Amino acid sequence: MNAEIGHYALVLAFALALIQSVVPLIGARKRDASLMAVAEPVALVQFGFVALSFAMLMSCYVGSDFSVSNVFENSHSATPLIYKFTSTWGNHEGSMLLWVSILTLFGALVATFANNIPRSLKATVLSVQAWIAGIFHLFILTTSNPFRRLSPAPFEGQDLNPVLQDIGLAIHPPLLYLGYVGFSIAFSFAIAALIEGRIDAAWARWTRPWMLAAWMCLTVGIAMGSYWAYYELGWGGWWFWDPVENASFMPWLAGTALLHSAVVMEKREALKIWTILLSILTFSLSLIGTFLVRSGVLTSVHAFASDPARGFFILCILVLFIGGGLGLFAWRAPLLRQGGLFAPVSREGALVFNNLMLTAACATVFVGTLYPLALEALTGEKISVGAPFFNSTFGPLFASLLVAVPFGPLLAWKRGDLPGVAQRLAGAFLVALIALAATFVFEGQPLLAPFGVGVALFVITGAITDLVERTGLLRTPLATVARRAAGLPRSAWGTAFAHMGLGITLLGIVGETQWGAERIVSMNPGDKVSIRNYDITFDRTANRTGPNYSELAATFTVRRHGETIGVMEPSKRNFAARQTSKSESALMARGVSQLYLTIGDVNPDGSVAVRLYYKPLVLMIWLGAVVMFIGGGLSLSDRRLRVGAPRRARAGAPAMVPAE
Amino acid sequence: MTKNEGLMTGGEGLGMSPALFRLCSVLCLLSSVLCHEAAAVQPDEVLKDPALEGRARALSRELRCMVCQNQSIDDSEAPLARDLRILVRERLTAGDSDPQVVDFLVARYGEFVLLKPRFEWQTAVLWFTPAAALLAGAIAIVAAIRRRRTAPQTVAPLSPEEEQTLAKMIEPK
Repeated sequence: MNAEIGHYALVLAFALALIQSVVPLIGARKRDASLMAVAEPVALVQFGFVALSFAMLMSCYVGSDFSVSNVFENSHSATPLIYKFTSTWGNHEGSMLLWVSILTLFGALVATFANNIPRSLKATVLSVQAWIAGIFHLFILTTSNPFRRLSPAPFEGQDLNPVLQDIGLAIHPPLLYLGYVGFSIAFSFAIAALIEGRIDAAWARWTRPWMLAAWMCLTVGIAMGSYWAYYELGWGGWWFWDPVENASFMPWLAGTALLHSAVVMEKREALKIWTILLSILTFSLSLIGTFLVRSGVLTSVHAFASDPARGFFILCILVLFIGGGLGLFAWRAPLLRQGGLFAPVSREGALVFNNLMLTAACATVFVGTLYPLALEALTGEKISVGAPFFNSTFGPLFASLLVAVPFGPLLAWKRGDLPGVAQRLAGAFLVALIALAATFVFEGQPLLAPFGVGVALFVITGAITDLVERTGLLRTPLATVARRAAGLPRSAWGTAFAHMGLGITLLGIVGETQWGAERIVSMNPGDKVSIRNYDITFDRTANRTGPNYSELAATFTVRRHGETIGVMEPSKRNFAARQTSKSESALMARGVSQLYLTIGDVNPDGSVAVRLYYKPLVLMIWLGAVVMFIGGGLSLSDRRLRVGAPRRARAGAPAMVPAE
Repeated sequence: MTKNEGLMTGGEGLGMSPALFRLCSVLCLLSSVLCHEAAAVQPDEVLKDPALEGRARALSRELRCMVCQNQSIDDSEAPLARDLRILVRERLTAGDSDPQVVDFLVARYGEFVLLKPRFEWQTAVLWFTPAAALLAGAIAIVAAIRRRRTAPQTVAPLSPEEEQTLAKMIEPK
């Protein structure tokens, strides 16, 4: 029964999406308040039905209802409960349902909280949201129905892919989708602005919280995925420039550019047309990302054609929204007027540079990801574009952007004083230079490492410099500093934290890639292997059984200078239902560095292939992303951005804040 | 101490006949992307000479495991990747230079084996993208600035009421 309820709820949601995509729009055109008022309740109820549909699919999974084809293919009665929940979206159909659930959730949030925007704009935005939701409902219902029944019902399911049986699946896809889909709000606002034909600074203020929230989720979503791959795949890599990763990285690059251009628009009314275009592009990249992953086009151009209905539908959606969005932009954008003049050297100028570099970096990733597909489709020639290509093209672009990061927040609006800013950054520059020299002296080559450390520290201390300058630390009495710090807009703290996060991540990348050590050896119980002052002794192996697997676990004792500091237990798991095996790595954190241990097969002579890594500073890669997330959160909590925040009378006199 | 140290169990003796190799490739294709039968670089593959092994590892990172999705042979667990790793080491031990090894593999498997495509007419667009994107962006920015400087401001100012509404919306008290 549950599957039918879920299916029917989705059909109802589709019907509601159709109403929502037309009626409020007509209302907005005719300035008819009652037609516009349809948008909010319908958006809420639509979300309710999609959520019900999602909950029904989940109940099929939790109840192991193998008469539902989707459950049969991706679950097993012995699967641990947590993975029964998460396997709901560990497959194509379920993940599309999660996608629309989040999409309609955002629609419902706009309906509920966006009360400070003009009625007609809100109605139009909700209509555009419903266009997206409607077409996705239709996609799921016609080509990817997760509720299809099997008859006769099988007794047992095929189990979830072992690689996905991890807590990572619980966190990574929902966060990623919150990010992807969150940018749909920016898209809907952009389309609505183009339809209305008017746009001003307030537009940026209304949309920025949504952009920020989406960006935050996408940031930690990508980081989480990276960490998951790092410990799950068993060879210690954390970023592979895989098309699937690039698919999530492109919206992040465009979204980061969007956040920054929206600042210029909000403060100075400049870059309006560009911001609108970026909003459309960011969500377009999210759509492309979703489909690159979902359509199977990545494995091969031919896999795409193997399910023609799905592939064709996907192409139609892309053409409709990207083509339609850009077409509308080309037609209506000339109506929008630019405001706010600025000199090339200014905060605006710095943000334009940021946008230029991020867009170029994004274009590089885009072409690198799609070029092999295009070439194969056009000429039949097969080439590969992998990590070495991206490192040598994306790397320099992003590195030069990072060097410029500390300058941005210190430059004044309209007309900046570059020598003055350089002077204020002298301290940060000095720190970076000392770090560079020290790294060079102590670590020597490769030469990339000292420069990486230098840039990372420049970014971090540059962000701190900004805070020091704004609070007057070292120049004024501490009481004044504390008062200024308290009065400083949260967005200023947000900027500093987000930029600091970039530096921290870079430091982790440099440490892991340049100073890592690796040992690949065959070991018998009793053997010892050493890596960077850590002695690891192979004690024994033991066979164990888990809920839906059996495993061979190896126990290693870790010692440092003769002192035992812990035990590591990597294992090799066999999953009966899918007849596959998987290596479980063991990690031991030492500060922000990690020891990483995996085992391979047992050789006929009883020895085990062991791969041991020492990964210096590796945790900083993801720590940086968390710091960026905190920065986004601080910025989001800024008074002026709080959506629908009640307008309170300011208590007492506002604290002194240096003029920007 | 060197970074890589391993036991040799006759890695050099693993040269395969073409027929056997073809059979292996087919088996690899069958097992497709889910190649979990063996781990990446095995202890028995590691060369004794650390300099040579270092070169082998660096080369392996630039070469694609053709049956996997976007993995280098250094990372891949597929049997084919293992064969390629051993092949690379054989060529290096035989005295080939790095470009010679790459040429050998390209001649055998085509450009597809390179994770970083060579600069040729058909990859020109790919390689020029970063520079072209930067240049196009820079030109667009300069053009926009010029246009802004010369164009007179013809926008009708907001009416006083509109100004008031806008001010209210922007400055929540």
